[in-house]
Amino acid sequence: MSEFKLPSLGADMDEGTLLTWNIKPGDRVSRGQVVAVVDTTKAAIDVEIWRDGIVNELLVKVGEKIPVGTVMATLREVAETEAAKPVLPSTLTPPPVLVMPEHQKDIRRTIAAAMSRSKREIPHYYMSETIPMANAMDWLSGKNEKLLISERILSAVLLLKAVALALKRTPELNGFYRDDQFQASTAVHTGVAISLRNGGLAAPALHDVGDKSLAQLMPELSDLVKRARSGSLRSSEMSDSTITVTNLGEQSVASVFGVIYPPQVALVGFGSITPQATVIQGKVRVQPMLCASLAADHRVSDGHRGALFLAELRDILQDPKALANEDATAANQNRKCL
Amino acid sequence: MTTDTQTLLKTTLILLQAIAPEVDVETLKLATPLRRQVDLDSMDWLNFLISLHKHFGVNIPESDYADLVSLNDVVNYLHAKLARP
Repeated sequence: MSEFKLPSLGADMDEGTLLTWNIKPGDRVSRGQVVAVVDTTKAAIDVEIWRDGIVNELLVKVGEKIPVGTVMATLREVAETEAAKPVLPSTLTPPPVLVMPEHQKDIRRTIAAAMSRSKREIPHYYMSETIPMANAMDWLSGKNEKLLISERILSAVLLLKAVALALKRTPELNGFYRDDQFQASTAVHTGVAISLRNGGLAAPALHDVGDKSLAQLMPELSDLVKRARSGSLRSSEMSDSTITVTNLGEQSVASVFGVIYPPQVALVGFGSITPQATVIQGKVRVQPMLCASLAADHRVSDGHRGALFLAELRDILQDPKALANEDATAANQNRKCL
Repeated sequence: MTTDTQTLLKTTLILLQAIAPEVDVETLKLATPLRRQVDLDSMDWLNFLISLHKHFGVNIPESDYADLVSLNDVVNYLHAKLARP
Protein backbone atom coordinates (compact mmCIF):
# COMPACT_ATOMS: atom_id res chain seq x y z
CA MET A 1 0.00 0.00 0.00
CA SER A 2 1.29 3.46 -0.79
CA GLU A 3 0.08 6.99 -0.23
CA PHE A 4 -0.68 9.60 -2.85
CA LYS A 5 -0.02 13.09 -1.53
CA LEU A 6 -0.96 16.47 -2.93
CA PRO A 7 2.23 17.38 -4.82
CA SER A 8 3.87 20.78 -4.69
CA LEU A 9 2.08 23.16 -7.03
CA GLY A 10 4.96 25.60 -7.34
CA ALA A 11 6.90 27.77 -4.93
CA ASP A 12 4.03 30.12 -4.27
CA MET A 13 1.37 27.52 -3.59
CA ASP A 14 1.05 25.71 -0.29
CA GLU A 15 -2.59 24.63 -0.30
CA GLY A 16 -5.43 23.86 -2.67
CA THR A 17 -9.14 23.03 -2.73
CA LEU A 18 -10.16 19.72 -4.30
CA LEU A 19 -12.59 20.41 -7.15
CA THR A 20 -13.04 16.93 -8.62
CA TRP A 21 -11.75 13.40 -8.45
CA ASN A 22 -11.26 11.74 -11.86
CA ILE A 23 -10.80 8.33 -10.20
CA LYS A 24 -12.65 6.04 -7.82
CA PRO A 25 -11.63 3.11 -5.61
CA GLY A 26 -10.67 0.08 -7.70
CA ASP A 27 -9.45 2.12 -10.69
CA ARG A 28 -6.09 1.25 -12.18
CA VAL A 29 -3.94 4.38 -12.51
CA SER A 30 -0.70 4.91 -14.33
CA ARG A 31 2.12 7.36 -13.80
CA GLY A 32 1.39 10.80 -15.25
CA GLN A 33 -2.39 10.31 -15.31
CA VAL A 34 -4.49 13.30 -14.22
CA VAL A 35 -6.38 11.99 -11.19
CA ALA A 36 -7.81 15.15 -9.63
CA VAL A 37 -8.36 18.85 -10.20
CA VAL A 38 -7.32 21.22 -7.43
CA ASP A 39 -8.09 24.92 -7.25
CA THR A 40 -5.34 27.27 -6.08
CA THR A 41 -5.53 31.03 -5.77
CA LYS A 42 -4.20 31.27 -9.32
CA ALA A 43 -5.87 28.57 -11.33
CA ALA A 44 -7.35 25.10 -11.41
CA ILE A 45 -4.52 22.58 -11.63
CA ASP A 46 -4.73 19.07 -13.09
CA VAL A 47 -3.01 16.89 -10.50
CA GLU A 48 -1.02 13.98 -11.92
CA ILE A 49 -0.20 10.79 -10.08
CA TRP A 50 3.46 9.77 -9.86
CA ARG A 51 3.28 5.97 -9.76
CA ASP A 52 1.25 3.10 -11.11
CA GLY A 53 -1.23 1.35 -8.85
CA ILE A 54 -4.82 0.59 -8.01
CA VAL A 55 -6.88 3.12 -6.10
CA ASN A 56 -7.68 1.77 -2.65
CA GLU A 57 -9.39 4.68 -0.94
CA LEU A 58 -10.00 8.37 -1.55
CA LEU A 59 -9.29 10.30 1.64
CA VAL A 60 -10.19 13.85 0.63
CA LYS A 61 -13.68 15.09 -0.19
CA VAL A 62 -14.53 17.46 -3.02
CA GLY A 63 -14.58 21.02 -1.65
CA GLU A 64 -12.01 20.31 1.07
CA LYS A 65 -9.07 22.70 1.39
CA ILE A 66 -5.82 20.81 2.00
CA PRO A 67 -2.15 21.75 2.41
CA VAL A 68 0.53 20.44 0.02
CA GLY A 69 1.72 17.03 1.24
CA THR A 70 -1.72 15.88 2.49
CA VAL A 71 -2.40 12.21 1.78
CA MET A 72 -5.22 12.32 -0.79
CA ALA A 73 -5.60 8.63 -1.55
CA THR A 74 -4.09 5.24 -0.85
CA LEU A 75 -2.92 2.94 -3.65
CA ARG A 76 -2.46 -0.82 -3.84
CA GLU A 77 0.34 -2.37 -5.87
CA VAL A 78 -0.67 -3.76 -9.24
CA ALA A 79 -0.56 -7.54 -8.75
CA GLU A 80 1.52 -9.38 -11.31
CA THR A 81 -1.49 -11.15 -12.79
CA GLU A 82 -3.25 -7.84 -13.24
CA ALA A 83 -0.18 -6.14 -14.63
CA ALA A 84 -0.69 -7.76 -18.02
CA LYS A 85 -4.21 -6.42 -18.39
CA PRO A 86 -4.64 -3.32 -20.50
CA VAL A 87 -5.43 -0.11 -18.64
CA LEU A 88 -9.13 0.60 -18.82
CA PRO A 89 -10.22 4.19 -18.69
CA SER A 90 -12.12 5.14 -15.57
CA THR A 91 -15.88 5.23 -16.05
CA LEU A 92 -16.05 8.18 -13.72
CA THR A 93 -14.57 11.07 -15.63
CA PRO A 94 -16.55 14.21 -14.91
CA PRO A 95 -15.28 17.21 -16.85
CA PRO A 96 -12.96 19.27 -14.68
CA VAL A 97 -14.77 22.23 -13.20
CA LEU A 98 -12.87 25.41 -13.84
CA VAL A 99 -13.06 27.96 -11.09
CA MET A 100 -11.13 31.08 -11.96
CA PRO A 101 -10.35 32.88 -8.72
CA GLU A 102 -11.94 36.30 -8.44
CA HIS A 103 -9.83 37.34 -5.52
CA GLN A 104 -7.04 39.47 -6.89
CA LYS A 105 -5.84 40.13 -3.36
CA ASP A 106 -5.15 36.43 -2.79
CA ILE A 107 -3.16 36.28 -6.02
CA ARG A 108 -1.05 39.27 -4.97
CA ARG A 109 -0.57 37.73 -1.54
CA THR A 110 0.66 34.37 -2.86
CA ILE A 111 3.05 36.00 -5.32
CA ALA A 112 4.33 38.30 -2.58
CA ALA A 113 4.88 35.35 -0.21
CA ALA A 114 6.91 33.40 -2.77
CA MET A 115 8.98 36.38 -3.86
CA SER A 116 9.65 37.44 -0.24
CA ARG A 117 10.83 33.93 0.53
CA SER A 118 13.10 34.04 -2.50
CA LYS A 119 14.64 37.36 -1.51
CA ARG A 120 15.02 36.19 2.11
CA GLU A 121 16.67 32.85 1.31
CA ILE A 122 18.49 33.31 -1.98
CA PRO A 123 21.55 35.57 -2.18
CA HIS A 124 20.86 36.88 -5.68
CA TYR A 125 23.47 38.32 -7.99
CA TYR A 126 22.66 40.02 -11.28
CA MET A 127 24.35 40.72 -14.58
CA SER A 128 23.41 41.52 -18.16
CA GLU A 129 24.78 41.29 -21.67
CA THR A 130 23.69 43.06 -24.83
CA ILE A 131 23.37 40.55 -27.63
CA PRO A 132 23.48 41.39 -31.36
CA MET A 133 20.42 39.78 -32.94
CA ALA A 134 20.89 40.56 -36.66
CA ASN A 135 21.89 36.99 -37.60
CA ALA A 136 19.18 35.37 -35.53
CA MET A 137 16.37 37.68 -36.71
CA ASP A 138 17.41 37.44 -40.39
CA TRP A 139 17.57 33.68 -40.16
CA LEU A 140 14.19 33.50 -38.43
CA SER A 141 12.48 35.79 -40.98
CA GLY A 142 13.95 33.67 -43.78
CA LYS A 143 12.58 30.55 -42.14
CA ASN A 144 9.16 32.06 -41.38
CA GLU A 145 8.80 33.40 -44.93
CA LYS A 146 8.49 29.82 -46.15
CA LEU A 147 6.07 28.75 -43.44
CA LEU A 148 2.30 29.02 -43.19
CA ILE A 149 1.21 31.63 -40.67
CA SER A 150 0.03 28.88 -38.32
CA GLU A 151 3.53 27.32 -38.33
CA ARG A 152 5.60 30.47 -37.89
CA ILE A 153 8.08 30.50 -35.05
CA LEU A 154 8.28 33.36 -32.56
CA SER A 155 11.65 34.78 -31.54
CA ALA A 156 10.68 33.85 -27.95
CA VAL A 157 11.00 30.17 -28.91
CA LEU A 158 14.46 30.74 -30.38
CA LEU A 159 15.50 32.41 -27.10
CA LEU A 160 14.12 29.56 -24.98
CA LYS A 161 16.04 27.03 -27.06
CA ALA A 162 19.24 29.10 -26.93
CA VAL A 163 19.01 29.29 -23.12
CA ALA A 164 18.64 25.51 -22.87
CA LEU A 165 21.69 24.96 -25.08
CA ALA A 166 23.79 27.53 -23.22
CA LEU A 167 23.03 25.80 -19.91
CA LYS A 168 25.02 22.75 -21.06
CA ARG A 169 28.16 24.73 -20.32
CA THR A 170 27.03 25.98 -16.91
CA PRO A 171 24.93 23.21 -15.34
CA GLU A 172 25.10 24.96 -11.95
CA LEU A 173 22.41 27.35 -13.15
CA ASN A 174 19.92 24.57 -13.94
CA GLY A 175 18.34 22.54 -11.15
CA PHE A 176 17.09 22.76 -7.58
CA TYR A 177 18.48 23.93 -4.27
CA ARG A 178 16.96 21.77 -1.53
CA ASP A 179 18.01 20.76 1.98
CA ASP A 180 21.13 22.91 1.83
CA GLN A 181 22.44 21.41 -1.35
CA PHE A 182 22.22 21.86 -5.07
CA GLN A 183 21.04 19.16 -7.41
CA ALA A 184 21.82 19.85 -11.05
CA SER A 185 19.25 18.67 -13.59
CA THR A 186 20.28 17.05 -16.86
CA ALA A 187 16.97 17.96 -18.48
CA VAL A 188 16.10 21.62 -18.99
CA HIS A 189 12.49 22.29 -17.99
CA THR A 190 12.03 25.98 -18.61
CA GLY A 191 9.50 27.88 -16.52
CA VAL A 192 7.99 30.43 -18.87
CA ALA A 193 6.62 33.55 -17.17
CA ILE A 194 3.11 34.08 -18.56
CA SER A 195 0.95 37.03 -17.56
CA LEU A 196 -2.58 35.90 -16.79
CA ARG A 197 -5.38 37.95 -18.24
CA ASN A 198 -7.20 38.12 -14.90
CA GLY A 199 -4.10 39.57 -13.25
CA GLY A 200 -1.12 37.82 -11.77
CA LEU A 201 1.35 35.54 -13.41
CA ALA A 202 2.24 31.88 -13.73
CA ALA A 203 5.52 30.29 -14.78
CA PRO A 204 4.63 26.74 -15.88
CA ALA A 205 7.31 24.46 -17.28
CA LEU A 206 7.99 23.77 -20.93
CA HIS A 207 9.59 20.32 -20.67
CA ASP A 208 12.90 19.12 -22.16
CA VAL A 209 13.52 22.31 -24.12
CA GLY A 210 17.12 21.34 -24.98
CA ASP A 211 16.02 18.12 -26.68
CA LYS A 212 13.21 19.51 -28.84
CA SER A 213 13.27 21.24 -32.20
CA LEU A 214 11.92 24.77 -32.72
CA ALA A 215 9.05 23.27 -34.72
CA GLN A 216 8.15 21.11 -31.71
CA LEU A 217 8.57 23.86 -29.14
CA MET A 218 6.38 26.44 -30.89
CA PRO A 219 3.04 24.57 -30.63
CA GLU A 220 3.94 23.38 -27.13
CA LEU A 221 4.54 26.96 -25.98
CA SER A 222 1.33 28.09 -27.64
CA ASP A 223 -0.57 25.33 -25.85
CA LEU A 224 1.09 26.15 -22.51
CA VAL A 225 0.11 29.83 -22.75
CA LYS A 226 -3.45 28.88 -23.68
CA ARG A 227 -3.76 26.44 -20.77
CA ALA A 228 -2.13 28.82 -18.27
CA ARG A 229 -4.75 31.40 -19.14
CA SER A 230 -7.72 29.04 -19.17
CA GLY A 231 -6.60 27.57 -15.85
CA SER A 232 -5.82 24.00 -16.86
CA LEU A 233 -2.17 23.46 -16.05
CA ARG A 234 -0.81 20.13 -14.84
CA SER A 235 0.79 19.74 -11.43
CA SER A 236 4.14 18.68 -12.94
CA GLU A 237 4.20 21.88 -14.99
CA MET A 238 3.73 23.89 -11.80
CA SER A 239 6.56 22.28 -9.86
CA ASP A 240 9.36 20.87 -12.00
CA SER A 241 10.84 23.91 -13.77
CA THR A 242 14.63 23.84 -13.46
CA ILE A 243 15.11 27.49 -14.51
CA THR A 244 12.75 30.36 -15.41
CA VAL A 245 12.78 32.67 -18.42
CA THR A 246 10.89 35.96 -18.44
CA ASN A 247 10.37 37.85 -21.63
CA LEU A 248 9.10 41.25 -20.55
CA GLY A 249 10.67 42.69 -23.68
CA GLU A 250 7.28 41.95 -25.14
CA GLN A 251 6.06 45.09 -23.38
CA SER A 252 8.96 47.02 -24.90
CA VAL A 253 11.05 47.40 -21.76
CA ALA A 254 14.80 47.51 -22.40
CA SER A 255 15.74 44.95 -19.74
CA VAL A 256 14.35 42.96 -16.83
CA PHE A 257 16.08 41.60 -13.71
CA GLY A 258 13.98 38.89 -12.11
CA VAL A 259 13.41 37.28 -8.75
CA ILE A 260 14.38 33.58 -8.69
CA TYR A 261 11.58 31.05 -8.08
CA PRO A 262 12.73 28.74 -5.28
CA PRO A 263 13.88 25.97 -5.36
CA GLN A 264 15.37 27.04 -8.71
CA VAL A 265 18.71 28.82 -8.75
CA ALA A 266 18.56 31.10 -11.79
CA LEU A 267 16.28 33.26 -13.88
CA VAL A 268 16.99 34.66 -17.34
CA GLY A 269 15.31 37.90 -18.39
CA PHE A 270 14.96 39.24 -21.92
CA GLY A 271 14.24 42.84 -22.85
CA SER A 272 12.86 43.87 -26.22
CA ILE A 273 14.72 43.34 -29.47
CA THR A 274 15.20 46.85 -30.89
CA PRO A 275 17.44 48.42 -33.52
CA GLN A 276 20.42 50.16 -31.94
CA ALA A 277 23.63 51.74 -33.14
CA THR A 278 26.53 49.40 -32.44
CA VAL A 279 30.23 49.68 -33.18
CA ILE A 280 31.63 46.78 -35.19
CA GLN A 281 35.32 46.91 -36.13
CA GLY A 282 35.38 50.65 -35.63
CA LYS A 283 32.29 51.30 -37.73
CA VAL A 284 28.84 52.27 -36.56
CA ARG A 285 26.13 49.89 -37.69
CA VAL A 286 22.44 49.77 -36.81
CA GLN A 287 21.21 46.31 -35.94
CA PRO A 288 18.62 44.64 -33.69
CA MET A 289 19.97 44.23 -30.16
CA LEU A 290 18.68 42.35 -27.12
CA CYS A 291 19.50 42.81 -23.44
CA ALA A 292 19.70 39.42 -21.71
CA SER A 293 19.98 39.38 -17.93
CA LEU A 294 20.78 36.69 -15.42
CA ALA A 295 19.70 36.54 -11.79
CA ALA A 296 21.44 33.63 -10.08
CA ASP A 297 21.94 32.08 -6.66
CA HIS A 298 25.29 32.82 -4.99
CA ARG A 299 25.01 29.66 -2.87
CA VAL A 300 25.53 27.66 -6.07
CA SER A 301 27.38 29.79 -8.60
CA ASP A 302 29.29 33.04 -8.84
CA GLY A 303 29.49 35.93 -11.25
CA HIS A 304 32.30 34.39 -13.26
CA ARG A 305 30.18 31.36 -14.18
CA GLY A 306 27.16 33.58 -14.75
CA ALA A 307 29.19 35.64 -17.21
CA LEU A 308 30.25 32.45 -19.02
CA PHE A 309 26.60 31.51 -19.42
CA LEU A 310 25.66 34.88 -20.92
CA ALA A 311 28.68 34.76 -23.27
CA GLU A 312 27.67 31.26 -24.39
CA LEU A 313 24.08 32.46 -24.94
CA ARG A 314 25.36 35.36 -27.05
CA ASP A 315 27.56 33.03 -29.13
CA ILE A 316 24.75 30.53 -29.72
CA LEU A 317 22.47 33.32 -30.96
CA GLN A 318 25.16 34.46 -33.45
CA ASP A 319 24.93 31.12 -35.21
CA PRO A 320 21.23 30.34 -35.70
CA LYS A 321 22.12 27.69 -38.29
CA ALA A 322 23.85 25.71 -35.56
CA LEU A 323 20.60 25.99 -33.59
CA ALA A 324 18.89 24.49 -36.62
CA ASN A 325 21.51 21.74 -36.83
CA GLU A 326 20.93 21.17 -33.16
CA ASP A 327 17.31 20.73 -34.26
CA ALA A 328 18.33 18.00 -36.67
CA THR A 329 20.39 16.31 -33.95
CA ALA A 330 17.48 16.48 -31.55
CA ALA A 331 15.16 15.04 -34.19
CA ASN A 332 17.61 12.19 -34.83
CA GLN A 333 17.86 11.43 -31.16
CA ASN A 334 14.09 11.35 -30.89
CA ARG A 335 13.98 8.92 -33.78
CA LYS A 336 16.49 6.67 -32.05
CA CYS A 337 14.37 6.70 -28.92
CA LEU A 338 11.38 5.50 -30.92
CA MET B 1 -15.48 54.35 -43.00
CA THR B 2 -17.61 52.73 -45.66
CA THR B 3 -20.14 50.00 -44.87
CA ASP B 4 -17.61 47.53 -46.19
CA THR B 5 -14.93 48.51 -43.73
CA GLN B 6 -17.52 48.76 -40.94
CA THR B 7 -18.34 45.08 -41.47
CA LEU B 8 -14.64 44.19 -41.54
CA LEU B 9 -14.12 46.09 -38.28
CA LYS B 10 -17.01 44.31 -36.61
CA THR B 11 -15.64 40.87 -37.50
CA THR B 12 -12.10 41.90 -36.54
CA LEU B 13 -13.32 42.96 -33.11
CA ILE B 14 -15.11 39.64 -32.59
CA LEU B 15 -11.90 37.77 -33.43
CA LEU B 16 -9.94 40.08 -31.12
CA GLN B 17 -12.34 39.47 -28.27
CA ALA B 18 -11.72 35.72 -28.57
CA ILE B 19 -8.03 36.41 -27.87
CA ALA B 20 -8.59 39.02 -25.16
CA PRO B 21 -11.97 38.26 -23.58
CA GLU B 22 -11.59 40.86 -20.82
CA VAL B 23 -11.47 43.78 -23.26
CA ASP B 24 -14.47 46.00 -23.91
CA VAL B 25 -13.96 46.30 -27.65
CA GLU B 26 -16.48 49.17 -27.91
CA THR B 27 -14.04 51.44 -26.08
CA LEU B 28 -11.02 50.75 -28.31
CA LYS B 29 -9.55 53.70 -30.20
CA LEU B 30 -9.22 53.01 -33.91
CA ALA B 31 -6.04 55.00 -34.53
CA THR B 32 -4.05 54.01 -31.41
CA PRO B 33 -1.50 51.15 -31.52
CA LEU B 34 -3.56 48.05 -30.84
CA ARG B 35 -1.02 45.87 -29.02
CA ARG B 36 -0.48 48.42 -26.29
CA GLN B 37 -4.19 49.18 -25.93
CA VAL B 38 -5.12 45.55 -25.51
CA ASP B 39 -1.92 44.16 -23.94
CA LEU B 40 -1.26 41.52 -26.56
CA ASP B 41 2.04 39.65 -26.32
CA SER B 42 3.69 38.19 -29.42
CA MET B 43 1.82 34.90 -28.95
CA ASP B 44 -1.55 36.70 -28.71
CA TRP B 45 -0.69 38.84 -31.72
CA LEU B 46 0.26 35.80 -33.80
CA ASN B 47 -2.96 34.04 -32.75
CA PHE B 48 -4.96 37.14 -33.71
CA LEU B 49 -3.34 37.20 -37.16
CA ILE B 50 -3.91 33.45 -37.55
CA SER B 51 -7.62 33.96 -36.83
CA LEU B 52 -7.78 36.82 -39.38
CA HIS B 53 -6.05 34.56 -41.90
CA LYS B 54 -8.46 31.70 -41.23
CA HIS B 55 -11.56 33.87 -41.30
CA PHE B 56 -10.81 36.06 -44.32
CA GLY B 57 -8.51 33.68 -46.17
CA VAL B 58 -5.87 36.38 -46.63
CA ASN B 59 -2.19 35.61 -46.54
CA ILE B 60 -0.35 37.85 -44.06
CA PRO B 61 3.43 37.60 -44.58
CA GLU B 62 5.64 38.47 -41.62
CA SER B 63 7.08 41.39 -43.57
CA ASP B 64 3.62 43.05 -43.42
CA TYR B 65 3.40 42.92 -39.60
CA ALA B 66 5.04 46.33 -39.31
CA ASP B 67 2.15 47.92 -41.27
CA LEU B 68 -0.44 46.52 -38.87
CA VAL B 69 -0.31 48.84 -35.89
CA SER B 70 -3.78 50.24 -35.22
CA LEU B 71 -7.26 48.80 -35.78
CA ASN B 72 -7.60 51.18 -38.73
CA ASP B 73 -4.42 49.71 -40.23
CA VAL B 74 -5.75 46.17 -39.81
CA VAL B 75 -9.11 46.97 -41.39
CA ASN B 76 -7.56 48.90 -44.30
CA TYR B 77 -5.05 46.10 -44.87
CA LEU B 78 -7.81 43.49 -44.99
CA HIS B 79 -9.89 45.73 -47.26
CA ALA B 80 -7.04 46.15 -49.72
CA LYS B 81 -6.15 42.44 -49.66
CA LEU B 82 -9.75 41.35 -50.19
CA ALA B 83 -10.19 43.82 -53.07
CA ARG B 84 -7.09 42.48 -54.86
CA PRO B 85 -6.55 38.91 -53.77
